[in-house]
Amino acid sequence: MNELLEILEDLHPEVDFKSATDLVDGGILDSFDIVSLISEINETFDVTIGAAELTPENFNSAEAIYALIKEKLDDED
Amino acid sequence: MKKFIAIILSLVIALTGIFLASKLLEPKYMSGILEGAMIQEYYDDPTDHNVVFIGDCELYENISPVYLWENYGINSYIRGSAQQLIWQSYYLAEETVKMEHPDVIVFNVLSMKYNEPQNEAYNRMTLDGMKWSSSKVNSINASMTDEENFIEYVFPILRYHSRWSDLSADDFKYMFHRDKVSFNGYYMRVDVKAAEDVPEGRPLADYQFGDNSYYYLDKLTKLCKDNDVKLVLVKAPTLYPYWYDEWDQQIKDYASANGLDYINFLELQDELGLDWSQDTYDGGLHLNLAGAEKLSDYVGNMLTTEYGIPDRRDESALNEYWDKVIERYNAEIDRQTTNLKLYGTVHGPEEQ
Amino acid sequence: MLFTSYGFIGFLLAVFVLYYLIPKKMQWPFLLIASYIFYFIADPRYLIFIAITTVTTFYGAKVISDKKVAFDGWFKEHKKEYEKEERKALKAKEHSVEKKIFLACLLFNLGILAVTKYTNFTIANINSLLAAFGRADGISFVDLIIPMGISFYTFQSMGYLIDVYNGKHEAQDNLFKFALFVSFFPQLVQGPISRYHDLSQTLYAEHSFNWKTVSFGLERILWGFFKKLVIADRILVAVQAIIADTDTYNGFYAFAGAMFYALELYADFTGGIDITIGVAETMGIKVTENFIRPYFSKNIKEYWNRWHITMGTWFTDYIFYPISASQFMMKLSKKSRARLGNNLGKRVPVYLSSFIVWFTTGIWHGASWNFIVWGLGNFVVIMISQELEPFYRWFHSKVHVQGTFGWRLFQVVRTVLIMSSLRMFDCYRDVPLTFKMFGSIFSQSSLSQLNAEAFIGMGLTGFDYLVVFIGMLILVTVSLIQRSGCVREKIYGLAAPVRFIIWYGLFMATLVFGAYGIGYSASQFIYNQF
Repeated sequence: MNELLEILEDLHPEVDFKSATDLVDGGILDSFDIVSLISEINETFDVTIGAAELTPENFNSAEAIYALIKEKLDDED
Repeated sequence: MKKFIAIILSLVIALTGIFLASKLLEPKYMSGILEGAMIQEYYDDPTDHNVVFIGDCELYENISPVYLWENYGINSYIRGSAQQLIWQSYYLAEETVKMEHPDVIVFNVLSMKYNEPQNEAYNRMTLDGMKWSSSKVNSINASMTDEENFIEYVFPILRYHSRWSDLSADDFKYMFHRDKVSFNGYYMRVDVKAAEDVPEGRPLADYQFGDNSYYYLDKLTKLCKDNDVKLVLVKAPTLYPYWYDEWDQQIKDYASANGLDYINFLELQDELGLDWSQDTYDGGLHLNLAGAEKLSDYVGNMLTTEYGIPDRRDESALNEYWDKVIERYNAEIDRQTTNLKLYGTVHGPEEQ
Repeated sequence: MLFTSYGFIGFLLAVFVLYYLIPKKMQWPFLLIASYIFYFIADPRYLIFIAITTVTTFYGAKVISDKKVAFDGWFKEHKKEYEKEERKALKAKEHSVEKKIFLACLLFNLGILAVTKYTNFTIANINSLLAAFGRADGISFVDLIIPMGISFYTFQSMGYLIDVYNGKHEAQDNLFKFALFVSFFPQLVQGPISRYHDLSQTLYAEHSFNWKTVSFGLERILWGFFKKLVIADRILVAVQAIIADTDTYNGFYAFAGAMFYALELYADFTGGIDITIGVAETMGIKVTENFIRPYFSKNIKEYWNRWHITMGTWFTDYIFYPISASQFMMKLSKKSRARLGNNLGKRVPVYLSSFIVWFTTGIWHGASWNFIVWGLGNFVVIMISQELEPFYRWFHSKVHVQGTFGWRLFQVVRTVLIMSSLRMFDCYRDVPLTFKMFGSIFSQSSLSQLNAEAFIGMGLTGFDYLVVFIGMLILVTVSLIQRSGCVREKIYGLAAPVRFIIWYGLFMATLVFGAYGIGYSASQFIYNQF
């Protein structure tokens, strides 16, 4: 989780990602950010997130993103 | 209940608003182009005419019903409009025989040359003035050009809304009434512009009148027969537009085949005594007052002797009506003559 | 059928009345029939195209969806019998079959779109290439029909297919219901590009007559007509005059033309969408919004989130994300980071994907280089603004203007100016002429160039400009009010007489001041051919 928060804060230092729950719907993360994000995640966690999973629900909060990563990691096993 | 009243009230206000806007925006034809106001004048006058002339400018600028009344006691009316097409003439005739029973209908045959709808503006001048009836509906349907829609005749505001930017005092003044512009359908001009050098008509590829034209001429013939009205075909004596011999022959053939009278006044110019240096105001297209009275004299004589149209000058009601028309007629002669002297044109400065 | 034709209004009236008269069960089949009649009136030949796309997409999606369901059911039961590796292989095998069907269907339908829209453009380009090598004998053009709205319904259908393939939702199993989704007539001409899971929620439902919904729909339609007829079609005359005579109208007038076009396009396009959404609303159907006051955006990226939204999200979801999340891009990302360093390297995939998206967006708008250059222009502007972000951050840390009215205004004006400049590609005949005219704004504008007669010479009177100006004021006012909520709701809360005056006033203004009928050549919706 902390690694993820670091990645996020790198993208937008001014946002408090711990509490925000409308990252996509609130317009904080745009499509560019999301794409940078998944490539960072790919780098850090070695999981591939497909285009179909790039939905607002999956990216609205740090927790949701983390859940997505965890699901992927579990799936790999 | 309260809601119901509110809805009714809103509807009434809304429709009134549209009605007033329509009235304001529709063209009034009270100065400049007077022709647009002529068709609707017919409905205001007494209707038991013995003779009704139906057709284009070759009738309404060339024959004076006032002259016919004053000199022959003939009670007549011209249902004329600019570039009146033959189906428009037919439907005007149809409407006329529904409203009255004339002895004679005189139709000018120049419009036989138009087989298709021509011009939106002229359509409007003929059709807008008609009262709603099946004749009007059919006339509209027969006349519409591609750019027109029937609904624009039902709601004139759809057609005339863009006049908002050139509204004038006339548009407010004549919202609900019109002044008379014609004298039983006659459009008067007293000025003179001689006809010189009349060229031959350019040869045409095809002289045959169109099927559509014949279709309506047939209908007109039948209408008159069925209603026991004598139909007389005429060609006015004016020089333009050119009247081809080939056309003349077709009308002659048609008349003899259908037992109609056809008088081509172009051939009777000497009998009429027309002087093209004096009797036209636009170089031979239309007659002026002097020319129109010459033609009217001939026509009046003909109607009396050959068609037995009665002299009704002894009818007091008619006399009363005609006195008013004559009064306006003379006033208009005075007005135009004065303007001509002062300004060199029959139009006063207020009309410019 | 133009939205602003008597025929369309008559058609609407008939559909509306019948919709509420027939049994509610018949409502959606009736809409399907109405939509096909609507399309048939436009051109009977179009029906073949839309029917082919409908049927292929329907069955393609259905086979995929059925296979998915069957496999998932089977897999759940038999999962335990297999080892992990075997499971993976099974899944991959299943997936590859689905993928084949999916790709076949996708490429077939995009192929129809490509052939009808881009064949002649391709031929023209081949010919100019040949000419460059001295070959004058080019390939002759082919006479193809471009079905009305093909870009819109193809995209809408493909969006559905992709969503089914990705397992977002199951396939619709009634062919006719699906046919209605593809052909729903209010949005057939110019969008919006609806999503199935969105539109299907109200499209097939039974709707009983609800006075408020119906009147809101009618109000929306009226507002659309006002924008289109009073503002767009009137100023269009001046836009066309400016574009047509570039010798007279350059310099400042080219700028004026770009501004007029910004107004014209906005009023025309949003007006058309208002009519679409309003028509659907009168029948209780909710079509997604396509614009959120785009000219109030603070930058171009935001603008594209607020202008033609359904197209933007379509490109993002179905082109930008799949490309940028692809294996290839992930590998490229790793490589470029290794070569160019973390900071620069991570941008390569994003910008590459973005480039492809904007190229496609450009060509989707029209088969011409103008649109391609326009699309790439957008790409360049977005890239620059992305790169300038650190600069702005630094700027704001030094100068405290952020959040002030002046700064907001600067941002809005900047957005409008940039978008209007780019849109000049949409106006002028070819790319070089566009650059020339854009250049003339800076090289040839002068105060002496300005005179009132030149504006009258564009075919509009002073009164016309006044009407456009007042119309624009109304537009801006409504937009400002809209920021705090639905304007129709606000008006609904007013006293009845006030409500009446507002809506009746708008109606009469449209009726009288609308540029329609004889004397004004009715213009096609600008977005119609896309």
